[in-house]
Amino acid sequence: MLATRVIQGQGIHVEGINFFTGFCVEGHTHAIRRQDQKKQKRNNALWVAEQLGVKLHIIDVIEEYKDVVINPKHGYGSNLNPCLDCKGFMVKKAHEWAMEHGFDFIITGEVIGQRPMSQRRDTMPVIARESGAHDRLLRPLSAKLLPPTLPEREGWVDRETLFDFNGRGRRPQIALAEEFGLHDYAQPAGGCCFLTDAQYSAKLADLWQARGSRKYEFDDIMLLKVGRHLRPREDYKVIIAREDGENRFLEGYRKQFTHLFATSHPGPFALIDGVTGPEDLRVAARLVARFGKGRGSDSVTVEVHEPGGISQTMEVVPLSDQDIPQAWYI
Amino acid sequence: MSRQTLDVRGQLCPIPVIRCQGRIGTLAPGETLEVLCTDPGTLHDIPAWCRIHGHKVIETSEDDGEIRIVVEVCG
Repeated sequence: MLATRVIQGQGIHVEGINFFTGFCVEGHTHAIRRQDQKKQKRNNALWVAEQLGVKLHIIDVIEEYKDVVINPKHGYGSNLNPCLDCKGFMVKKAHEWAMEHGFDFIITGEVIGQRPMSQRRDTMPVIARESGAHDRLLRPLSAKLLPPTLPEREGWVDRETLFDFNGRGRRPQIALAEEFGLHDYAQPAGGCCFLTDAQYSAKLADLWQARGSRKYEFDDIMLLKVGRHLRPREDYKVIIAREDGENRFLEGYRKQFTHLFATSHPGPFALIDGVTGPEDLRVAARLVARFGKGRGSDSVTVEVHEPGGISQTMEVVPLSDQDIPQAWYI
Repeated sequence: MSRQTLDVRGQLCPIPVIRCQGRIGTLAPGETLEVLCTDPGTLHDIPAWCRIHGHKVIETSEDDGEIRIVVEVCG
């Protein structure tokens, strides 16, 4: 927001780009979980664009982004977050879009030293170089600490009005926001990408290990955001909804996955991802019974439906907490 | 002027907005797009996207979890 306001202040037309990778923590996550239904389901990027009076282009990069996650040239952060490669990818895509649409340069709100991987003094030139944006990439908030870029040298932007923000502290940014009359803004950095989340990353690593290959489809990464994931055996895992919103979300996958739910007691909807035999289905049914209202009963009726149309009804004894090894929880 | 329909039921935001953005890009001013969705987030996001791009939401309705948003493409 600040970088945009600074550049708009020089009379320059700015438009926004927002990339959807599939890992974004956004309104859709709130839409899944019932407990979050009261939260405002605004898309932050759209909201920001509206505050700034700029057009926003939301671009689906799900397919192209896979290579960033699977083969990050610069490695991962503390989880499966390929921050430096991610930033380079996004700047590259933004630069390509800008050139295709007749824009002269791109800006980001990066600040030197703000983030441990992608916003260090030594990595910022790497992003400019590897993205192909080179000196058409301007960071208005730290510009005075960086070599002059093309828009500054050409006089399109007055370098003297740009800033020299540096480091993890955000006091100068907050002061500038006040100056611009911006009082409501997204909480600074972090928490916007599931790949920075340790639990989510563990689920993704488990998925790759179980499949013997570092690949994923969009549905895979969506399902990692939902439910309890338990892997009783290497060949399959059970995804069990935690509440009604997740029940509804998982039900949307019933044509693609073996799915099960209790009929004798209220309880969760669950999917099986992987290959199962008869005994595995029984274990899965007992797990589903464990997380439903019948957990204290001697017997729970569970329906199991396979994608080919084969269905069966099982009478099972719910697993007890002691019966579920901690290692099953992903 | 023609009306087209975009069915994004079952898709979660921002996918409905992205699909809506793509389809509107192919329509001429005055044409309308009826968007069918289920994610409650679309009630905020599609009108917000339309406002910032200068298009007009002319109808919004919700019935038993199904949302219908009609957008008129503006120049």
